[in-house]
Amino acid sequence: MKLSYEQVKHIAWLGRLGLSEAEIEKLSLQLSDILENFEILKQIDTTDVPPATHSIPLQNVLREDEVAKSYSQSEILTNAPRQEESCFRVQTILE
Amino acid sequence: MNELCRLTIHQAHELLKQKEISSVELTKSVLERIAAVESKVQACITITEDVALREAKKADSCIASGDITPLTGIPALIKDVLCTQGIRTTCGSKMLENFVPPYDAAVIEKLKTQRAVLLGKTNMDEFAMGSSTENSAFFPTHNPWSLSRVPGGSSGGSTAAVAADEAIYTLGSDTGGSIRQPAGFCNAVGLKPTYGRVSRFGLVAFASSLDQIGPISKDVTDCALVMNTIAGYDPRDSTSVPYPVPDYTQQLIPGLKGLRIGVPKEYFVKGMQNGVRTTLEMAIKKLEELGAEIDWEASLSSTKYALAVYYILAPSEASANLARYDGVKYGFSEQNASNAIEATEKTRQFGFGPEVKRRIMLGTYALSAGYYDAYYLKAQKVRTLIKQEFDQAFKKYDALVTPTSPTVAFKLGEKIEDPMQMYLSDVCTLPINIAGLPAISIPAGFAGDPSLSLRSRSGQDLPIGMQIIGKPFDEETILHIAFAYEQATDWHERKPLL
Repeated sequence: MKLSYEQVKHIAWLGRLGLSEAEIEKLSLQLSDILENFEILKQIDTTDVPPATHSIPLQNVLREDEVAKSYSQSEILTNAPRQEESCFRVQTILE
Repeated sequence: MNELCRLTIHQAHELLKQKEISSVELTKSVLERIAAVESKVQACITITEDVALREAKKADSCIASGDITPLTGIPALIKDVLCTQGIRTTCGSKMLENFVPPYDAAVIEKLKTQRAVLLGKTNMDEFAMGSSTENSAFFPTHNPWSLSRVPGGSSGGSTAAVAADEAIYTLGSDTGGSIRQPAGFCNAVGLKPTYGRVSRFGLVAFASSLDQIGPISKDVTDCALVMNTIAGYDPRDSTSVPYPVPDYTQQLIPGLKGLRIGVPKEYFVKGMQNGVRTTLEMAIKKLEELGAEIDWEASLSSTKYALAVYYILAPSEASANLARYDGVKYGFSEQNASNAIEATEKTRQFGFGPEVKRRIMLGTYALSAGYYDAYYLKAQKVRTLIKQEFDQAFKKYDALVTPTSPTVAFKLGEKIEDPMQMYLSDVCTLPINIAGLPAISIPAGFAGDPSLSLRSRSGQDLPIGMQIIGKPFDEETILHIAFAYEQATDWHERKPLL
Protein backbone atom coordinates (compact mmCIF):
# COMPACT_ATOMS: atom_id res chain seq x y z
CA MET A 1 0.00 0.00 0.00
CA LYS A 2 2.24 2.78 -1.27
CA LEU A 3 1.21 6.26 -0.23
CA SER A 4 1.29 8.92 -2.91
CA TYR A 5 2.72 12.42 -2.53
CA GLU A 6 -0.83 13.81 -2.53
CA GLN A 7 -1.99 11.38 0.14
CA VAL A 8 0.92 12.29 2.40
CA LYS A 9 0.18 15.99 1.94
CA HIS A 10 -3.47 15.40 2.74
CA ILE A 11 -2.68 13.49 5.95
CA ALA A 12 -0.24 16.22 6.97
CA TRP A 13 -2.98 18.79 6.41
CA LEU A 14 -5.43 16.81 8.59
CA GLY A 15 -2.81 16.76 11.33
CA ARG A 16 -1.87 20.43 10.79
CA LEU A 17 1.70 19.20 10.48
CA GLY A 18 4.05 21.24 8.29
CA LEU A 19 6.47 19.06 6.31
CA SER A 20 9.39 19.88 4.04
CA GLU A 21 9.58 18.30 0.57
CA ALA A 22 12.31 15.98 1.81
CA GLU A 23 10.16 14.92 4.77
CA ILE A 24 7.18 14.20 2.51
CA GLU A 25 9.38 12.03 0.31
CA LYS A 26 10.88 10.12 3.24
CA LEU A 27 7.57 9.66 5.00
CA SER A 28 5.91 8.40 1.85
CA LEU A 29 8.42 5.53 1.80
CA GLN A 30 8.56 4.87 5.53
CA LEU A 31 4.80 4.98 6.08
CA SER A 32 4.20 2.67 3.13
CA ASP A 33 6.71 0.24 4.60
CA ILE A 34 5.05 0.36 8.03
CA LEU A 35 1.52 0.05 6.59
CA GLU A 36 2.55 -3.12 4.77
CA ASN A 37 3.12 -4.73 8.14
CA PHE A 38 -0.51 -4.10 9.00
CA GLU A 39 -1.72 -6.34 6.18
CA ILE A 40 -1.36 -9.28 8.58
CA LEU A 41 -4.56 -8.15 10.32
CA LYS A 42 -6.55 -9.09 7.23
CA GLN A 43 -5.77 -12.75 8.05
CA ILE A 44 -7.81 -12.71 11.22
CA ASP A 45 -11.58 -13.00 11.20
CA THR A 46 -13.20 -10.35 13.36
CA THR A 47 -16.85 -10.65 12.31
CA ASP A 48 -19.03 -10.25 15.39
CA VAL A 49 -16.07 -9.26 17.54
CA PRO A 50 -16.78 -6.05 19.47
CA PRO A 51 -14.07 -3.38 19.47
CA ALA A 52 -12.20 -3.15 22.78
CA THR A 53 -12.39 0.45 23.79
CA HIS A 54 -11.12 -0.26 27.29
CA SER A 55 -9.25 -2.93 29.18
CA ILE A 56 -10.95 -2.20 32.51
CA PRO A 57 -14.58 -2.74 33.55
CA LEU A 58 -15.49 0.91 34.08
CA GLN A 59 -18.39 2.64 32.38
CA ASN A 60 -19.75 6.17 32.38
CA VAL A 61 -17.40 7.52 35.01
CA LEU A 62 -19.02 10.81 36.04
CA ARG A 63 -18.60 13.45 38.69
CA GLU A 64 -20.79 16.15 40.18
CA ASP A 65 -20.69 19.45 38.34
CA GLU A 66 -19.42 21.45 41.30
CA VAL A 67 -17.47 24.69 41.40
CA ALA A 68 -14.02 24.02 42.83
CA LYS A 69 -10.61 25.65 43.14
CA SER A 70 -8.86 26.27 39.86
CA TYR A 71 -5.77 28.11 38.69
CA SER A 72 -5.25 31.85 38.58
CA GLN A 73 -5.00 33.66 35.26
CA SER A 74 -1.32 34.36 35.87
CA GLU A 75 -0.54 30.68 36.54
CA ILE A 76 -2.20 29.70 33.29
CA LEU A 77 -0.44 32.44 31.34
CA THR A 78 3.01 31.49 32.70
CA ASN A 79 3.84 29.40 29.67
CA ALA A 80 2.08 31.56 27.10
CA PRO A 81 4.28 32.13 24.04
CA ARG A 82 2.59 35.50 23.53
CA GLN A 83 0.05 37.22 25.71
CA GLU A 84 -1.85 40.46 25.62
CA GLU A 85 -4.43 41.81 28.06
CA SER A 86 -4.61 38.50 29.93
CA CYS A 87 -5.31 36.62 26.70
CA PHE A 88 -3.23 34.28 24.56
CA ARG A 89 -2.12 36.21 21.52
CA VAL A 90 -2.26 34.38 18.17
CA GLN A 91 -1.87 35.17 14.47
CA THR A 92 -4.83 36.09 12.28
CA ILE A 93 -7.54 33.46 12.21
CA LEU A 94 -10.07 35.18 9.98
CA GLU A 95 -9.23 37.60 7.21
CA MET B 1 29.91 8.49 52.19
CA ASN B 2 30.28 7.82 48.49
CA GLU B 3 28.86 4.33 48.81
CA LEU B 4 25.51 5.56 50.14
CA CYS B 5 24.29 6.08 46.57
CA ARG B 6 24.54 2.31 46.02
CA LEU B 7 21.86 1.58 48.62
CA THR B 8 18.37 0.34 47.91
CA ILE B 9 15.27 2.04 49.35
CA HIS B 10 14.82 -0.58 52.07
CA GLN B 11 18.50 -0.51 53.06
CA ALA B 12 18.54 3.30 53.19
CA HIS B 13 15.26 3.34 55.12
CA GLU B 14 16.72 1.15 57.87
CA LEU B 15 19.78 3.39 58.21
CA LEU B 16 17.62 6.53 58.24
CA LYS B 17 15.29 5.03 60.84
CA GLN B 18 18.24 4.09 63.06
CA LYS B 19 19.58 7.61 62.50
CA GLU B 20 22.86 6.15 61.23
CA ILE B 21 22.68 8.32 58.14
CA SER B 22 20.73 11.46 57.26
CA SER B 23 18.71 12.21 54.16
CA VAL B 24 21.07 15.10 53.45
CA GLU B 25 24.08 12.75 53.49
CA LEU B 26 22.26 10.27 51.28
CA THR B 27 21.15 12.99 48.86
CA LYS B 28 24.66 14.47 48.71
CA SER B 29 26.10 11.06 47.93
CA VAL B 30 23.69 10.63 45.03
CA LEU B 31 24.34 14.17 43.75
CA GLU B 32 28.08 13.47 43.85
CA ARG B 33 27.52 10.27 41.91
CA ILE B 34 25.52 12.19 39.30
CA ALA B 35 28.34 14.72 39.00
CA ALA B 36 30.86 11.90 38.60
CA VAL B 37 29.11 9.85 35.89
CA GLU B 38 26.60 12.06 34.11
CA SER B 39 29.03 13.12 31.40
CA LYS B 40 29.23 9.44 30.38
CA VAL B 41 25.64 8.30 30.98
CA GLN B 42 23.61 11.46 30.18
CA ALA B 43 20.55 10.20 32.00
CA CYS B 44 19.25 13.59 33.18
CA ILE B 45 17.65 16.56 31.46
CA THR B 46 17.17 18.64 34.62
CA ILE B 47 18.93 18.28 37.98
CA THR B 48 17.37 20.19 40.86
CA GLU B 49 20.20 20.16 43.40
CA ASP B 50 18.97 23.03 45.62
CA VAL B 51 15.41 21.74 45.77
CA ALA B 52 16.67 18.26 46.57
CA LEU B 53 18.88 19.39 49.45
CA ARG B 54 16.06 21.54 50.85
CA GLU B 55 13.68 18.60 50.72
CA ALA B 56 16.31 16.35 52.29
CA LYS B 57 16.66 18.76 55.22
CA LYS B 58 12.88 18.80 55.70
CA ALA B 59 12.85 15.01 55.54
CA ASP B 60 15.53 14.89 58.23
CA SER B 61 13.46 17.00 60.62
CA CYS B 62 10.47 14.75 60.05
CA ILE B 63 12.60 11.69 60.71
CA ALA B 64 13.99 13.31 63.87
CA SER B 65 10.46 13.60 65.25
CA GLY B 66 9.71 9.96 64.39
CA ASP B 67 7.69 10.78 61.27
CA ILE B 68 9.11 8.34 58.71
CA THR B 69 7.72 6.07 56.00
CA PRO B 70 9.69 3.82 53.60
CA LEU B 71 10.17 6.56 50.97
CA THR B 72 10.91 9.42 53.37
CA GLY B 73 14.17 11.17 52.63
CA ILE B 74 15.05 8.84 49.77
CA PRO B 75 16.27 10.59 46.58
CA ALA B 76 14.57 9.75 43.29
CA LEU B 77 14.65 10.91 39.68
CA ILE B 78 11.48 11.29 37.63
CA LYS B 79 11.00 10.63 33.92
CA ASP B 80 10.47 13.97 32.20
CA VAL B 81 7.00 12.93 31.01
CA LEU B 82 5.51 13.59 34.46
CA CYS B 83 4.44 17.09 35.49
CA THR B 84 6.41 18.52 38.41
CA GLN B 85 5.15 21.86 39.64
CA GLY B 86 7.60 24.68 39.07
CA ILE B 87 10.15 22.33 37.52
CA ARG B 88 10.69 22.23 33.79
CA THR B 89 8.99 19.24 32.13
CA THR B 90 10.13 18.68 28.56
CA CYS B 91 8.96 15.19 27.55
CA GLY B 92 12.29 14.98 25.75
CA SER B 93 10.96 17.39 23.13
CA LYS B 94 11.78 20.83 21.76
CA MET B 95 8.03 21.37 21.83
CA LEU B 96 8.11 21.56 25.63
CA GLU B 97 11.74 22.58 26.13
CA ASN B 98 10.80 25.45 28.42
CA PHE B 99 7.44 24.29 29.72
CA VAL B 100 6.96 24.67 33.48
CA PRO B 101 3.85 22.87 34.77
CA PRO B 102 1.60 24.72 37.23
CA TYR B 103 0.82 21.48 39.03
CA ASP B 104 2.24 18.16 40.19
CA ALA B 105 1.19 14.84 38.72
CA ALA B 106 -0.83 12.68 41.13
CA VAL B 107 2.12 10.30 41.66
CA ILE B 108 4.40 13.26 42.46
CA GLU B 109 1.88 14.50 45.04
CA LYS B 110 1.93 11.02 46.57
CA LEU B 111 5.73 10.94 46.71
CA LYS B 112 5.78 14.40 48.31
CA THR B 113 3.31 13.25 50.98
CA GLN B 114 5.92 10.65 51.91
CA ARG B 115 8.61 13.36 51.89
CA ALA B 116 10.53 11.77 49.05
CA VAL B 117 13.48 13.81 47.76
CA LEU B 118 13.17 14.70 44.07
CA LEU B 119 16.53 15.09 42.35
CA GLY B 120 15.40 16.06 38.87
CA LYS B 121 14.00 14.79 35.55
CA THR B 122 15.32 12.08 33.30
CA ASN B 123 15.87 11.80 29.59
CA MET B 124 13.45 9.95 27.34
CA ASP B 125 12.41 9.34 23.77
CA GLU B 126 10.38 12.36 22.69
CA PHE B 127 6.79 12.12 23.99
CA ALA B 128 7.58 8.54 25.04
CA MET B 129 7.79 7.41 21.43
CA GLY B 130 10.75 5.12 20.99
CA SER B 131 12.68 2.12 22.24
CA SER B 132 16.17 3.51 22.66
CA THR B 133 16.05 7.11 24.02
CA GLU B 134 17.76 8.13 20.75
CA ASN B 135 14.61 10.07 19.87
CA SER B 136 15.23 12.59 22.65
CA ALA B 137 15.43 16.05 21.11
CA PHE B 138 18.37 16.84 23.37
CA PHE B 139 20.87 13.96 23.50
CA PRO B 140 20.87 10.18 23.73
CA THR B 141 21.40 8.38 27.02
CA HIS B 142 24.19 5.78 27.18
CA ASN B 143 23.80 2.34 28.70
CA PRO B 144 26.01 2.22 31.84
CA TRP B 145 26.86 -1.42 30.99
CA SER B 146 28.32 -0.38 27.63
CA LEU B 147 28.46 3.30 26.80
CA SER B 148 28.30 2.71 23.04
CA ARG B 149 24.92 1.04 23.47
CA VAL B 150 21.41 2.26 24.09
CA PRO B 151 19.77 1.97 27.50
CA GLY B 152 16.48 1.12 25.78
CA GLY B 153 13.45 3.38 25.77
CA SER B 154 11.45 5.35 26.19
CA SER B 155 12.36 5.46 29.91
CA GLY B 156 16.07 5.14 29.08
CA GLY B 157 17.19 7.98 31.33
CA SER B 158 15.34 6.58 34.34
CA THR B 159 16.68 3.05 33.92
CA ALA B 160 20.27 4.13 33.19
CA ALA B 161 20.12 6.33 36.30
CA VAL B 162 19.09 3.43 38.53
CA ALA B 163 21.75 1.16 36.99
CA ALA B 164 24.41 3.83 37.56
CA ASP B 165 23.24 4.63 41.13
CA GLU B 166 22.35 8.18 40.08
CA ALA B 167 19.12 7.75 42.07
CA ILE B 168 17.92 5.21 44.63
CA TYR B 169 14.88 4.63 42.41
CA THR B 170 13.07 6.36 39.56
CA LEU B 171 9.64 6.58 38.01
CA GLY B 172 9.02 5.76 34.37
CA SER B 173 6.07 5.34 32.04
CA ASP B 174 5.14 2.39 29.84
CA THR B 175 2.88 2.42 26.77
CA GLY B 176 4.35 -0.46 24.74
CA GLY B 177 7.25 -1.56 26.94
CA SER B 178 8.92 1.70 27.88
CA ILE B 179 9.62 0.68 31.48
CA ARG B 180 10.25 -3.02 30.97
CA GLN B 181 12.46 -3.05 27.87
CA PRO B 182 15.01 -0.53 29.21
CA ALA B 183 14.90 -2.21 32.64
CA GLY B 184 15.88 -5.42 30.85
CA PHE B 185 18.69 -3.67 28.97
CA CYS B 186 20.08 -2.04 32.15
CA ASN B 187 19.75 -4.79 34.78
CA ALA B 188 17.04 -2.97 36.70
CA VAL B 189 13.63 -3.98 38.00
CA GLY B 190 10.80 -2.28 36.09
CA LEU B 191 7.09 -2.77 36.65
CA LYS B 192 4.17 -1.73 34.48
CA PRO B 193 1.04 -1.86 36.68
CA THR B 194 -2.39 -2.99 35.48
CA TYR B 195 -4.04 -0.27 33.42
CA GLY B 196 -6.03 1.85 35.86
CA ARG B 197 -3.94 0.94 38.93
CA VAL B 198 -1.91 4.17 38.99
CA SER B 199 -3.43 7.58 38.26
CA ARG B 200 -2.40 9.17 34.97
CA PHE B 201 -3.28 12.68 36.19
CA GLY B 202 -0.24 14.78 35.31
CA LEU B 203 1.26 12.17 32.99
CA VAL B 204 1.70 13.85 29.62
CA ALA B 205 -0.50 11.67 27.45
CA PHE B 206 0.84 9.59 24.57
CA ALA B 207 -1.75 6.81 24.12
CA SER B 208 -4.51 7.14 26.68
CA SER B 209 -5.72 3.53 26.62
CA LEU B 210 -2.19 2.12 26.98
CA ASP B 211 -0.11 4.51 29.15
CA GLN B 212 0.81 3.59 32.73
CA ILE B 213 3.31 4.98 35.25
CA GLY B 214 5.52 2.55 37.16
CA PRO B 215 8.60 2.18 39.37
CA ILE B 216 12.13 1.41 38.19
CA SER B 217 14.27 0.14 41.05
CA LYS B 218 17.35 -1.83 42.08
CA ASP B 219 15.39 -4.76 43.49
CA VAL B 220 11.90 -6.22 43.84
CA THR B 221 11.36 -5.09 47.43
CA ASP B 222 11.97 -1.49 46.40
CA CYS B 223 9.50 -1.93 43.54
CA ALA B 224 6.82 -3.09 45.97
CA LEU B 225 7.53 -0.16 48.31
CA VAL B 226 7.10 2.40 45.52
CA MET B 227 3.94 0.66 44.29
CA ASN B 228 2.46 0.96 47.79
CA THR B 229 2.78 4.73 47.44
CA ILE B 230 1.88 5.41 43.81
CA ALA B 231 -1.02 3.00 43.30
CA GLY B 232 -4.57 3.99 44.12
CA TYR B 233 -7.77 5.62 43.01
CA ASP B 234 -7.75 9.23 41.85
CA PRO B 235 -11.03 10.93 40.88
CA ARG B 236 -9.10 13.24 38.54
CA ASP B 237 -8.27 10.26 36.26
CA SER B 238 -11.49 8.81 34.91
CA THR B 239 -9.69 5.56 34.05
CA SER B 240 -8.45 5.14 37.61
CA VAL B 241 -10.07 2.15 39.31
CA PRO B 242 -11.52 2.40 42.83
CA TYR B 243 -9.96 -0.86 44.06
CA PRO B 244 -8.10 -0.89 47.39
CA VAL B 245 -4.31 -1.03 47.28
CA PRO B 246 -2.86 -4.06 49.07
CA ASP B 247 0.49 -3.94 50.86
CA TYR B 248 2.61 -5.24 48.00
CA THR B 249 5.43 -6.23 50.36
CA GLN B 250 3.25 -8.90 51.97
CA GLN B 251 3.69 -11.31 49.07
CA LEU B 252 7.47 -11.01 48.93
CA ILE B 253 8.08 -14.57 50.06
CA PRO B 254 10.46 -17.23 48.79
CA GLY B 255 9.31 -20.50 47.24
CA LEU B 256 6.89 -20.92 44.35
CA LYS B 257 5.15 -24.16 45.30
CA GLY B 258 1.66 -24.40 43.89
CA LEU B 259 2.12 -21.70 41.26
CA ARG B 260 1.37 -22.59 37.64
CA ILE B 261 3.45 -20.67 35.11
CA GLY B 262 2.91 -20.71 31.36
CA VAL B 263 5.71 -19.99 28.88
CA PRO B 264 4.06 -18.86 25.63
CA LYS B 265 6.26 -20.18 22.85
CA GLU B 266 5.35 -17.35 20.48
CA TYR B 267 7.52 -14.99 22.55
CA PHE B 268 10.68 -16.91 21.66
CA VAL B 269 10.73 -15.17 18.28
CA LYS B 270 12.82 -16.04 15.25
CA GLY B 271 15.13 -13.02 15.52
CA MET B 272 15.96 -13.78 19.16
CA GLN B 273 19.63 -13.81 20.16
CA ASN B 274 20.93 -17.20 21.33
CA GLY B 275 22.30 -15.75 24.55
CA VAL B 276 18.84 -14.42 25.42
CA ARG B 277 17.17 -17.73 24.65
CA THR B 278 19.54 -19.84 26.76
CA THR B 279 19.49 -17.33 29.63
CA LEU B 280 15.69 -17.35 29.74
CA GLU B 281 15.59 -21.14 29.62
CA MET B 282 17.95 -21.27 32.60
CA ALA B 283 15.91 -18.67 34.47
CA ILE B 284 12.66 -20.56 33.92
CA LYS B 285 14.32 -23.79 35.07
CA LYS B 286 15.24 -21.91 38.24
CA LEU B 287 11.53 -21.05 38.73
CA GLU B 288 10.84 -24.77 38.40
CA GLU B 289 13.50 -25.54 41.03
CA LEU B 290 11.75 -23.07 43.32
CA GLY B 291 8.59 -25.15 43.07
CA ALA B 292 6.59 -23.65 40.21
CA GLU B 293 4.83 -25.89 37.73
CA ILE B 294 6.01 -24.83 34.26
CA ASP B 295 4.13 -25.39 31.03
CA TRP B 296 6.76 -24.91 28.31
CA GLU B 297 4.15 -25.43 25.60
CA ALA B 298 1.78 -22.59 26.44
CA SER B 299 0.54 -20.79 23.37
CA LEU B 300 -0.93 -17.38 22.60
CA SER B 301 -1.59 -17.53 18.88
CA SER B 302 -2.75 -13.90 18.66
CA THR B 303 0.76 -12.69 19.61
CA LYS B 304 1.74 -12.20 15.97
CA TYR B 305 -0.96 -9.54 15.52
CA ALA B 306 0.13 -7.46 18.50
CA LEU B 307 2.73 -5.37 16.67
CA ALA B 308 0.24 -4.25 14.01
CA VAL B 309 -2.49 -3.64 16.59
CA TYR B 310 -0.17 -1.53 18.72
CA TYR B 311 1.24 0.49 15.82
CA ILE B 312 -2.26 1.37 14.72
CA LEU B 313 -3.80 2.10 18.13
CA ALA B 314 -0.92 3.95 19.79
CA PRO B 315 -0.20 6.39 16.94
CA SER B 316 -3.94 6.97 16.49
CA GLU B 317 -4.34 7.94 20.11
CA ALA B 318 -1.12 9.93 19.95
CA SER B 319 -2.36 11.91 16.95
CA ALA B 320 -5.32 13.01 19.08
CA ASN B 321 -3.28 13.64 22.24
CA LEU B 322 -0.61 15.65 20.46
CA ALA B 323 -3.10 17.86 18.60
CA ARG B 324 -2.90 20.23 21.56
CA TYR B 325 0.66 21.29 20.68
CA ASP B 326 -0.20 24.21 18.45
CA GLY B 327 1.98 26.98 19.88
CA VAL B 328 -0.97 28.87 21.40
CA LYS B 329 -1.12 28.24 25.15
CA TYR B 330 2.29 26.76 25.93
CA GLY B 331 5.36 25.27 24.38
CA PHE B 332 7.36 26.02 21.28
CA SER B 333 5.65 28.55 19.07
CA GLU B 334 6.74 29.50 15.59
CA GLN B 335 5.96 33.19 15.23
CA ASN B 336 7.05 33.68 11.64
CA ALA B 337 3.73 32.92 9.91
CA SER B 338 1.06 34.94 8.15
CA ASN B 339 -1.94 33.29 9.79
CA ALA B 340 -2.86 31.04 12.69
CA ILE B 341 -3.01 27.81 10.70
CA GLU B 342 0.40 28.39 9.16
CA ALA B 343 1.75 29.18 12.62
CA THR B 344 0.36 25.88 13.91
CA GLU B 345 1.80 23.92 10.98
CA LYS B 346 5.23 25.47 11.40
CA THR B 347 5.15 25.08 15.20
CA ARG B 348 4.54 21.38 14.74
CA GLN B 349 7.05 21.07 11.92
CA PHE B 350 9.90 22.54 13.95
CA GLY B 351 8.80 21.51 17.44
CA PHE B 352 8.41 17.78 16.81
CA GLY B 353 11.13 15.28 15.91
CA PRO B 354 10.93 12.69 13.10
CA GLU B 355 9.55 9.77 15.11
CA VAL B 356 6.75 11.89 16.56
CA LYS B 357 5.85 13.17 13.11
CA ARG B 358 5.87 9.63 11.76
CA ARG B 359 3.44 8.46 14.43
CA ILE B 360 1.15 11.47 14.09
CA MET B 361 0.99 10.77 10.35
CA LEU B 362 0.30 7.05 10.89
CA GLY B 363 -2.38 7.77 13.44
CA THR B 364 -4.04 10.50 11.41
CA TYR B 365 -4.17 8.18 8.41
CA ALA B 366 -5.57 5.27 10.42
CA LEU B 367 -8.35 7.47 11.79
CA SER B 368 -9.18 9.33 8.61
CA ALA B 369 -12.38 8.89 6.61
CA GLY B 370 -12.16 5.86 4.37
CA TYR B 371 -9.45 4.19 6.42
CA TYR B 372 -10.93 4.14 9.93
CA ASP B 373 -12.71 0.79 9.44
CA ALA B 374 -9.79 -0.98 7.83
CA TYR B 375 -7.24 0.17 10.37
CA TYR B 376 -8.43 1.60 13.69
CA LEU B 377 -11.68 -0.33 14.05
CA LYS B 378 -10.01 -3.54 12.89
CA ALA B 379 -7.20 -3.07 15.39
CA GLN B 380 -9.71 -2.51 18.20
CA LYS B 381 -11.44 -5.78 17.31
CA VAL B 382 -8.18 -7.72 17.25
CA ARG B 383 -7.42 -6.08 20.59
CA THR B 384 -10.54 -7.79 22.00
CA LEU B 385 -9.26 -11.13 20.71
CA ILE B 386 -5.82 -10.59 22.23
CA LYS B 387 -7.40 -9.78 25.59
CA GLN B 388 -9.70 -12.78 25.41
CA GLU B 389 -6.76 -15.07 24.70
CA PHE B 390 -4.91 -13.79 27.77
CA ASP B 391 -8.10 -14.24 29.86
CA GLN B 392 -8.28 -17.84 28.69
CA ALA B 393 -4.61 -18.41 29.52
CA PHE B 394 -5.08 -17.05 33.03
CA LYS B 395 -7.69 -19.72 33.69
CA LYS B 396 -4.86 -22.26 33.42
CA TYR B 397 -1.91 -20.25 34.75
CA ASP B 398 -1.20 -17.86 37.62
CA ALA B 399 1.41 -16.03 35.56
CA LEU B 400 3.16 -16.09 32.20
CA VAL B 401 6.90 -15.77 31.74
CA THR B 402 8.69 -14.52 28.62
CA PRO B 403 11.89 -12.75 27.66
CA THR B 404 11.58 -8.98 28.07
CA SER B 405 13.22 -8.39 24.69
CA PRO B 406 14.51 -10.65 21.90
CA THR B 407 17.96 -9.07 22.12
CA VAL B 408 20.38 -7.41 24.50
CA ALA B 409 20.96 -3.66 24.28
CA PHE B 410 21.86 -2.72 20.71
CA LYS B 411 24.41 -0.14 19.63
CA LEU B 412 23.57 3.56 19.41
CA GLY B 413 22.69 4.34 15.80
CA GLU B 414 22.09 0.69 14.91
CA LYS B 415 18.31 0.82 14.42
CA ILE B 416 17.52 4.51 14.20
CA GLU B 417 17.30 4.60 10.39
CA ASP B 418 14.84 1.71 10.16
CA PRO B 419 11.61 2.37 12.08
CA MET B 420 10.32 -1.20 11.68
CA GLN B 421 13.53 -2.66 13.15
CA MET B 422 13.16 -0.38 16.14
CA TYR B 423 9.50 -1.33 16.59
CA LEU B 424 10.41 -5.03 16.59
CA SER B 425 12.46 -4.66 19.77
CA ASP B 426 9.16 -4.34 21.65
CA VAL B 427 7.43 -7.50 20.39
CA CYS B 428 7.55 -9.14 23.81
CA THR B 429 6.19 -6.15 25.71
CA LEU B 430 3.50 -4.67 23.42
CA PRO B 431 0.80 -7.35 23.87
CA ILE B 432 0.73 -6.68 27.61
CA ASN B 433 -0.25 -3.03 27.17
CA ILE B 434 -2.88 -4.01 24.61
CA ALA B 435 -4.47 -6.29 27.20
CA GLY B 436 -3.95 -3.86 30.10
CA LEU B 437 -2.15 -6.48 32.23
CA PRO B 438 0.53 -5.97 34.89
CA ALA B 439 4.07 -7.09 34.03
CA ILE B 440 7.52 -6.81 35.57
CA SER B 441 11.00 -7.17 34.09
CA ILE B 442 13.72 -8.43 36.40
CA PRO B 443 17.43 -9.19 35.93
CA ALA B 444 17.80 -12.77 34.69
CA GLY B 445 21.39 -13.00 33.59
CA PHE B 446 24.00 -11.64 31.22
CA ALA B 447 25.18 -12.41 27.70
CA GLY B 448 28.52 -11.70 26.17
CA ASP B 449 28.67 -8.77 23.79
CA PRO B 450 27.52 -10.37 20.51
CA SER B 451 29.79 -8.17 18.44
CA LEU B 452 32.92 -9.49 20.13
CA SER B 453 34.40 -12.77 18.99
CA LEU B 454 34.15 -15.65 21.40
CA ARG B 455 37.90 -15.44 21.97
CA SER B 456 38.29 -11.81 22.95
CA ARG B 457 35.46 -11.17 25.43
CA SER B 458 36.91 -8.13 27.09
CA GLY B 459 33.86 -5.90 27.32
CA GLN B 460 31.27 -6.17 30.03
CA ASP B 461 28.51 -8.65 29.56
CA LEU B 462 25.11 -7.21 28.76
CA PRO B 463 22.01 -7.62 30.93
CA ILE B 464 19.04 -9.79 30.01
CA GLY B 465 15.58 -9.32 31.48
CA MET B 466 12.86 -11.85 32.24
CA GLN B 467 9.28 -10.64 31.99
CA ILE B 468 6.58 -11.95 34.34
CA ILE B 469 2.99 -11.19 33.30
CA GLY B 470 0.06 -11.34 35.70
CA LYS B 471 -3.70 -11.27 35.82
CA PRO B 472 -5.37 -7.87 36.01
CA PHE B 473 -4.73 -6.28 39.40
CA ASP B 474 -2.60 -9.22 40.49
CA GLU B 475 0.69 -7.36 40.88
CA GLU B 476 1.11 -9.37 44.09
CA THR B 477 1.66 -12.67 42.27
CA ILE B 478 4.18 -11.29 39.80
CA LEU B 479 6.05 -9.54 42.64
CA HIS B 480 6.06 -12.82 44.57
CA ILE B 481 7.53 -14.75 41.64
CA ALA B 482 10.03 -11.97 40.95
CA PHE B 483 11.11 -11.84 44.60
CA ALA B 484 11.53 -15.59 44.91
CA TYR B 485 13.69 -15.67 41.76
CA GLU B 486 15.71 -12.65 42.87
CA GLN B 487 16.46 -14.14 46.27
CA ALA B 488 17.75 -17.30 44.60
CA THR B 489 20.09 -15.39 42.26
CA ASP B 490 22.41 -12.42 42.45
CA TRP B 491 22.15 -10.76 39.02
CA HIS B 492 20.53 -7.72 40.65
CA GLU B 493 23.59 -7.15 42.82
CA ARG B 494 25.96 -6.68 39.88
CA LYS B 495 26.95 -3.12 39.09
CA PRO B 496 28.34 -1.67 35.85
CA LEU B 497 31.94 -0.44 35.81
CA LEU B 498 31.75 3.27 35.15
